[in-house]
Amino acid sequence: MASTDVVRAGRATGNQGKVMAKKKSREPWLERYSALLLTAAVIVAWQIFVPLAGLSKFVLPTPLEIAGRMVTEWRLLLQNSYVTLFEVVSGFVVSVLIGVPLALSIFYSRPFERAIYPILVAFQTIPKVALAPLLVLYLGYGWAPKITLAFLISFFPIVISTVVGLQSLDKNLVSLVRSMGANEWQTFFKVRLPAALPSIFGGFKVAISLAVIGAVIGEYVAAERGLGYLQLQANSLFDTTLNFATVVTISIMGVLLYFVVDFVERKVAYKRDAAK
Amino acid sequence: MKQDQRVNFMNAITQTGAAVSIARLSKAYRTREDDEVLALDQIDLDFEPGSFVAVVGPSGCGKSTLLSLLAGLIGVTEGTISIDGEAISKPHPKIGVVFQSDLLLYWRTVLDNILLPIEIKKLDVSRYRLRAEELLTQVGLDGFGNKYPSELSGGMRQRVAICRAFIQEPGLLLMDEPFGALDALTREQMIMDLQSMWLRVRNTVLFITHGIDEAVFLADRVLVMSPRPGRIDLDLKIEMPRPRQWNSAHEDKAYHGYVRQIRDIFEAKGILVAH
Ligand SMILES: Nc1ncnc2c1ncn2[C@@H]1O[C@H](COP(=O)(O)OP(=O)(O)OP(=O)(O)O)[C@@H](O)[C@H]1O
Ligand SMILES: [Mg+2]
Repeated sequence: MASTDVVRAGRATGNQGKVMAKKKSREPWLERYSALLLTAAVIVAWQIFVPLAGLSKFVLPTPLEIAGRMVTEWRLLLQNSYVTLFEVVSGFVVSVLIGVPLALSIFYSRPFERAIYPILVAFQTIPKVALAPLLVLYLGYGWAPKITLAFLISFFPIVISTVVGLQSLDKNLVSLVRSMGANEWQTFFKVRLPAALPSIFGGFKVAISLAVIGAVIGEYVAAERGLGYLQLQANSLFDTTLNFATVVTISIMGVLLYFVVDFVERKVAYKRDAAK
Repeated sequence: MKQDQRVNFMNAITQTGAAVSIARLSKAYRTREDDEVLALDQIDLDFEPGSFVAVVGPSGCGKSTLLSLLAGLIGVTEGTISIDGEAISKPHPKIGVVFQSDLLLYWRTVLDNILLPIEIKKLDVSRYRLRAEELLTQVGLDGFGNKYPSELSGGMRQRVAICRAFIQEPGLLLMDEPFGALDALTREQMIMDLQSMWLRVRNTVLFITHGIDEAVFLADRVLVMSPRPGRIDLDLKIEMPRPRQWNSAHEDKAYHGYVRQIRDIFEAKGILVAH
């Protein structure tokens, strides 16, 4: 709507900024909070269903019990969260540091692309989980195998999304900046990279979620700390409520990390349709 | 009327058009099957500094190829191109290009899009900001500098693309069907805007189009190209006083004579078939 206003304003001055800001806040609240509402509904249904079905808390604790447990055990959960968080973030950072340069090499070098792409795809077909015991064998019980697993599981989407983002650029944009005398360095930073950022960040978002999975699975195999380890402990003690509390903590961590990436994206990349 | 007011807004910029000399220029493309497609065949052309040259021709005759060669984006197969006596092999700083699509960077504001060539040429951006705003005023977009391209209509975006070319003060401005994607009304306005902008700076312009009417209206000289491999079939001098007004030009006998001459060529070549 707002954009047709601008069109109609035609050759007049363009002070439509305020109109747009108003439009944004007029977004229907139901649409805005739909995810929260649905979650709340599921939680309420769960809370009602468990006593009705007569389930014991060893089988399925209620949301209130889980929440209560998270409050009483916050210190334990937090301490283990730090461990897992460190592994996840390290794994993700390594993925970015290796994945992005790898993607650039693939983009700029045809022979390299030919050589590495089949290997990458073949590697991607290996279930990374199956590598966890081997990683423990090689790297021990510390954080190294977890970070490695988080890295292995999360770097593929970063490589692919970066390559695809760079390749899908309109060739005419390159002609345009070339005609202005841009060298490849300038072409990359003025056009290629900014145009690829939405795709790259799409890869980052998938990768950060996968890195959480990688780290937790690493902890399942062999660990003395971390949320995955805590979950195994709870399991062996038949403490289903703590088990659930840990699962909730893991997913909170995943969501928070996702939003951190999203926040960074908003800071550095302008979305194509942000104004619509 | 409105047109003239807008022109007065601008400070006079003295800038001379570049002389262009093209000699025995040929371009062959290599296709996937290792065949060669001859797009341009032995073209000789000289553009006088400050002249407005339009090129019309059937689709695929090599118009865009000619533009890419002049822009230094692709290499020649044979022959030479020189700008003010300098042979070109890569993009020349005196050349500005407007493509058929606006090619605005959606993550940059209108103003920053216009200043892109200044950044790339490592000139002092702050010194060109005022000039960018003047150009926007000239195309009727004053106040739109801080908008993003997605907030603009197609015609407005193409106007911004034209400002982006003009800010480079190009001695030679290359335009490849710049109004091809616009509706008739917007196109008419932009033809008028382009004429007045060009009259201010008097640079050399190569204007590629499918529209015989806009070619004749705008140009000092219309080149009619043959189907591939492209050659110049007709080199027509357009002598009508400037600034040309839309209505009076379209009522002018001479105007219709020129259009007729170009259409006759197309009909003779079977590009336009009379029923
Ligand atoms: N990169 C390329 N590789 C191979 N052949 C090409 C290439 N670019 C253009 N051609 C061929 O060269 C000829 C001229 O193309 P060009 O784009 O210059 O035509 P044009 O006159 O601009 O056409 P249009 O009016 O449709 O834009 C065409 O036959 C086209 O198929
Ligand atoms: Mg073309």
